[in-house]
Amino acid sequence: MTTPEFNAICPVPMQQYPHVLMAHGGGGRLMHQLLETVFGPAFSNPILDARHDSAQFSVPPGKLAMTTDSYVVRPLFFPGGDIGSMAIHGTVNDLAMSGARPLYLSCGFIIEEGLPMETLWRVVSSMRAAAQQCGVQIVTGDTKVVDQGKGDGLYLNTTGIGVIEHELPIAPTSVMPGDAVIVSGDLGRHGMAIMAVREGLQFESTIESDSASVRNPVRALLKAGIAVRCLRDLTRGGLASALNEIAAAAGVKIAIEQKAVPVREDVHAACEMLGLDPLHVANEGRFVAFVAGPDAGRAVEILRHHEVSAQAAVIGNVAASTGPLVTIKSPIGASRILDMPSGEQLPRIC
Amino acid sequence: MKYLDEYRDGNLAQQLAREIHRVTTKPWTIMEVCGGQTHAIVKFGIDELLPKQITLIHGPGCPVCVTPLEVIDKALELAARPGVIFTSFGDMLRVPGSATDLLSVKARGGDVRMVYSPLDAVQLAEQNPAREVVFFGVGFETTAPATALAVFQAAQKGLGNFSMLISHVLVPPAIEALMSAPGCRVQAFLAAGHVCAVMGYEEYPPLAAKYHVPIVVTGFEPLDILQGILMTVQQLESGRAEVENQYARAVTRRGNQPAQELIRKVFQVVPRKWRGVGEIPQSGLGLTAAYAAFDAERKFGVANRPVAEPADCVAGLVLQGLKKPHECPAFAGKCTPEHPLGATMVSSEGACAAYYRYRRQAAPERAFSK
Repeated sequence: MTTPEFNAICPVPMQQYPHVLMAHGGGGRLMHQLLETVFGPAFSNPILDARHDSAQFSVPPGKLAMTTDSYVVRPLFFPGGDIGSMAIHGTVNDLAMSGARPLYLSCGFIIEEGLPMETLWRVVSSMRAAAQQCGVQIVTGDTKVVDQGKGDGLYLNTTGIGVIEHELPIAPTSVMPGDAVIVSGDLGRHGMAIMAVREGLQFESTIESDSASVRNPVRALLKAGIAVRCLRDLTRGGLASALNEIAAAAGVKIAIEQKAVPVREDVHAACEMLGLDPLHVANEGRFVAFVAGPDAGRAVEILRHHEVSAQAAVIGNVAASTGPLVTIKSPIGASRILDMPSGEQLPRIC
Repeated sequence: MKYLDEYRDGNLAQQLAREIHRVTTKPWTIMEVCGGQTHAIVKFGIDELLPKQITLIHGPGCPVCVTPLEVIDKALELAARPGVIFTSFGDMLRVPGSATDLLSVKARGGDVRMVYSPLDAVQLAEQNPAREVVFFGVGFETTAPATALAVFQAAQKGLGNFSMLISHVLVPPAIEALMSAPGCRVQAFLAAGHVCAVMGYEEYPPLAAKYHVPIVVTGFEPLDILQGILMTVQQLESGRAEVENQYARAVTRRGNQPAQELIRKVFQVVPRKWRGVGEIPQSGLGLTAAYAAFDAERKFGVANRPVAEPADCVAGLVLQGLKKPHECPAFAGKCTPEHPLGATMVSSEGACAAYYRYRRQAAPERAFSK
């Protein structure tokens, strides 16, 4: 990205306005100032700098992938990440799940009146760093300010476009008996990190979110010619929801083994305490990969070369079935259904 | 995880299962009292390791499930009042009353908040002196000390804006009611370890003697439950009916004395209605006269409106161990966790929810044979 003079601190004109005002979304001088001093320099690139109502760019040959996601996380900053980096990682990861190379993002900001300008600046700086790290450009955006009390400080929406440069039909319907099921790392960290800060729960150690881009390990799998059938990021609903959706789409039985699923000890302890299942908890930098059985070992080895997927493991396999089914083998050797969670995760009484 | 994985060891589980197979010569019906044990049994597939002669039936030990519909309706009424902050443990929020649930009241503007401890509700009352904070105090002897402590603290702080809607229940009277009911099939009990951690188990020998049933205080991990079952079967096979303690790492004979003292200070034993079972004499806890000012029902004058359970729901029979969840015609059809007819389908400890979550599609295959 070409942003020669980018300041790590909030730009001076903004300091006259320590908080976001309704006028910052009103289309006049203040809004112009916000765009010119905050968003413009932070996200600067030739397409954005052209300042059109819509971004203009040429498209490389190949199929395109497009995705959108909104981010309403509270608090805005949490151990291991913040709403800004998460909004970049989340959309980049959604593109990566079709094996696409992410190219361009749009970003919509819905800001609650009164948000400290410093907070906005920190989020924007974090987005800038995450976008650079993922190799994507933010080429268009939108800002709205809503009355105080009508939003949780800041909501973000990012839409992403990527190009698919491989020939594999990566989709849930491509999953077939004999495939191996691989998770890219330990599960449950993002959801438990958020729950701990939101509810003021104190555990012995701080659980950090796993928010990260998984684009590089996915690219490595494709580059190595692994027969990837399906990829799915493990956000809300966790592994259990993803496996059930895929089993339903492919009409297969997915059998996993509890002992093989990596869960960090502090996350396990927090889940036990609250009566939650780590397989139902949200992640922001984890995915499940279905690959042809014979490629499983090599796929795990490739994934483990990347920091974000260093804990990758084969957790189960796919079998033929008369109907979709997901089962999990318990540590004492009995099998049961692994169901989707029902609604929000609610801690139990005792 | 330390202190947990040791109790989930697959090899030891198989060893215990083999021992249970070895000592079992006749059919036996054992009830695990606590919903937490029911979930562990179904989640880990413990019953699949047992000989076919052993039938486990799931007891009434789910606090969410036995809270009567009338009380939930009162909670809904209080939660919808302007000026009230209604606080509750998480898993009460989805339980259906006769018309709606607490999450829906929240969606329509009621100030309903999930708390992790009743003391959080006391803190909310301190922070919001202009609002009335009501805590939904439910549960067995396990949660009673925390509820009692909250009332005690609120009284000490002189908080006039804090009160409780209470539906606390007690385990021994429920065992007594089950055993004296006609058609009772239970031949032995796994008593709830956490309840006994608070109360000890001195209340149980008279019950074991009166009904000639073995009662084994049992924990919640797979090895605990398997060992509890083994101890129970050994008693049954030898014709003994004693109280034994499998969960000695957490439970002592006399229990947690300061906690019991606190319960006695704040609560008195009262008759209580159990959802799906009916009224059981001396089976609940209510505030004593000294703490009556903290009684939300009295404070807000909420009316007692008797309501009928949905006709299709067999939760009452499930709670008494007379039916298994999947024997209900509404199970997984008309009744699901998203559209529950009864509380046993909602709560994380409810037997119907456990069967729905872990067993819906197929009858389990036996993973172990003699």
